[in-house]
Amino acid sequence: MADSATLDAAPIAAARPESRDDRALHRKVFIGIAVLLVLAPLVLYPVYLMKVLCFGLFALAFNLLLGYGGLLSFGHAAYFGMASYISAYGAKTLGFTPEVAILAGTVTAAILGLIFGALAIRRQGIYFSMITLALAQMAFFFSLQAKFTGGEDGIQAVPRGDLFGVISLADDRVMYALVAVVFFGGLLLIYRIIHSPFGQVLKAIRDNENRAVSLGYRVNQYKLAVFVLSATLAGLAGATKAIVFQLASLTDVHWSMSGEVVLMTLVGGMGTVFGPIVGALVIVTMETYLAQFGAWVTIIQGCVFVLCVLLFREGIVGLVARLIRKPL
Amino acid sequence: MARDVILATEGLTKEFKGFRAVSEVALQVERGTIHALIGPNGAGKTTCFNLLTKFLQPTAGSIRYKERDITGMKPADVARLGLVRSFQISAVFPHFSVMENVRIALQRRHHGDSFDFWRPEKVLRRLNDEALALVEAVGLTEFRDTLAVELSYGRKRALEIATTLALDPEMLLLDEPMAGMGHEDVERTAQLIRRVSKDRTILMVEHNLSVVASLSDRITVLARGQVLAEGDYATVSKDPRVVEAYIGAGHA
Repeated sequence: MADSATLDAAPIAAARPESRDDRALHRKVFIGIAVLLVLAPLVLYPVYLMKVLCFGLFALAFNLLLGYGGLLSFGHAAYFGMASYISAYGAKTLGFTPEVAILAGTVTAAILGLIFGALAIRRQGIYFSMITLALAQMAFFFSLQAKFTGGEDGIQAVPRGDLFGVISLADDRVMYALVAVVFFGGLLLIYRIIHSPFGQVLKAIRDNENRAVSLGYRVNQYKLAVFVLSATLAGLAGATKAIVFQLASLTDVHWSMSGEVVLMTLVGGMGTVFGPIVGALVIVTMETYLAQFGAWVTIIQGCVFVLCVLLFREGIVGLVARLIRKPL
Repeated sequence: MARDVILATEGLTKEFKGFRAVSEVALQVERGTIHALIGPNGAGKTTCFNLLTKFLQPTAGSIRYKERDITGMKPADVARLGLVRSFQISAVFPHFSVMENVRIALQRRHHGDSFDFWRPEKVLRRLNDEALALVEAVGLTEFRDTLAVELSYGRKRALEIATTLALDPEMLLLDEPMAGMGHEDVERTAQLIRRVSKDRTILMVEHNLSVVASLSDRITVLARGQVLAEGDYATVSKDPRVVEAYIGAGHA
């Protein structure tokens, strides 16, 4: 009997079935996030906010796989990065409008996720993680060698273009509005996935895989499905990012990007709905505002991560959820 | 008298690195009966179960279920044919409530595959009545909203049986359903098994011999991976080889 060595879903935040109260609380959190999305650009730089939202969506997508599928991918940069390249290439060279470019990038990530996922889910635990890493390294190598990606230079000066050919995205505030909508839509979709009949089966598989099998669930198909969904949403984040920053580069497909998204998810709280957003906020903020310290950023990040794991293993939001005794 | 056999094995063998856990087992389970598989520790009973439900692949031999060769099938597909097992270590979904545990099985039976990630969980509520009836049947009504992880051992077993029954299987494989249960629970579970056996076939591994004696129509005794004896309780319990295997294993 294959030992389900998939990441033992650490301390599952507030381990009890969700009640109607919890749903009401979640609705309030959603409204809170919507309000923040509207108000934030009045106070903070839209470019910084857009970075937070793109990485937030990336981390949310990753957490869908790790926190709810129990699968630790070490190669999520592949979907984020390849989508970013395709989106940038489409907008710059093929003259796609931004929504088509983003769609093209997202679809690419979905297809890549289907192929990589189908290979990786054949193994469990650390072997699964190693396969995702190896495949992502191949995607990196491809990006380095292929002509259209611009090698070390990446694809620069990508035009933001006009949304639906009508609304110019050149203004950061207009661009921000689009990113906020994409982010919020992605968040709602992920919330729905988690709370769907499909999500229920995922949780069952994570809880007791053998029992799920003995009830007749073909668990590998569910794992593949959540893998593809996660890769697709990671692609949506990457493709959007390329339009926002008008750039797709090797950084996006590099393994350190895969590591960063793991970091964001763990700091925020894996297996919590909202944790990855907080994680992305913390990490991006550190990178942005500590940039003056140069290479020290990585050291500081490392310390934060170590402290985080030592002090509150369930992440920031996981900790809050435990304190208020409600799932978040 | 022609026997109506629902599950049959032929030359079923499983080797682990040279060690033969199950050796040339020919088992025939008649439809509608309660068939017990007993034997001293290490006799290969659980391995046998894992082979029958495809959680292990046999080294040699074949398994036929309802006239169909299932030797090469995957465990989830065997379950879909109505051959459903329980586990020795109680298999519940620990972070699901009692109701949710039963409902996930009903979901499989009524919805088949659930890849509908775009639909709200609410659609599962229509399974609640049926789930509650099953929860009631095993006496867990007052624990319906309790997380499975918080249940006592005996209640976990009861929940597991309710979950298994939710699939309405034609044949149940129960791996030590009474293990670790208190006296009261044993009696209740025995009654439950008798009740659900009405239109089903049950193959169970069980150590509690009084349970085996009162419940089963037919008993197969395994020792060292091989079939030692077969028959009803009276026949088997008088068989000198069986006595020797049990006493020998206990006092050697």
